[in-house]
Amino acid sequence: MPEKVTLVVFSGELDKVLAAFNIAVGAASSGMEVSMFFTFWGLNIIKKNEGPIRSRGIMKKMLNFMNRGGAKRLPLSKFNMFGLGKWMMVKLMKDAKTPSLGEMIELAAGMGVKFMACTTSMGMMGVSKEALIPQVNSYCGVATYLSEARDSKINLFI
Amino acid sequence: MKADATLDCIGLYCPMPIAHTAKKINEMEEGQVLEVLADDEGIKDDMPAWCKMTGNECLGIEQGEGRELKVYVRKSKKE
Repeated sequence: MPEKVTLVVFSGELDKVLAAFNIAVGAASSGMEVSMFFTFWGLNIIKKNEGPIRSRGIMKKMLNFMNRGGAKRLPLSKFNMFGLGKWMMVKLMKDAKTPSLGEMIELAAGMGVKFMACTTSMGMMGVSKEALIPQVNSYCGVATYLSEARDSKINLFI
Repeated sequence: MKADATLDCIGLYCPMPIAHTAKKINEMEEGQVLEVLADDEGIKDDMPAWCKMTGNECLGIEQGEGRELKVYVRKSKKE
């Protein structure tokens, strides 16, 4: 039985999310079984970059307009400066040849990292399945996360 | 050290050298040796740690030209 790693990805900020994917890819490369549970702002990571806002209701529409999400749109947790800081960080990453978040998502999915989307956050925030990337393996709640986490040696909340 | 294959990870940062090594080792035969070229110093600790986790053998790390490091990994039997 391979060792298991479970990551709760609550944040939707590029820097924190990159750390989460770094750990996920590293663990998967080391033969571990990795699950990432995306909840609350973390849903922004697995939202599609393109496509219309499909939310119903004025408040949910507004929320998803303001909080558009998509791997390309995540801000930095620090020095975002209305996107200027983020632009610079992305430039530095390109110069250092580190993979973009989009590439990390592809890499993780290709290595068999399991993507779980929190249905509670989806329902409350008005995020439909169609708004999420196809790499998401399961739509579930806390019980599924807990059943994965109790078998995991490593369990992080990011 | 003689190697059966070489993997160029020059210019790559964590976790990419490890990710590429995992993929490459997977394609190789048991007992074969992989040479990984890297210039991120983290590899000095990371590769032995990765080998410990995956059951492969880290044969050694040699200093190449400049910042270049040559890391040798032998693919071990899967338990």
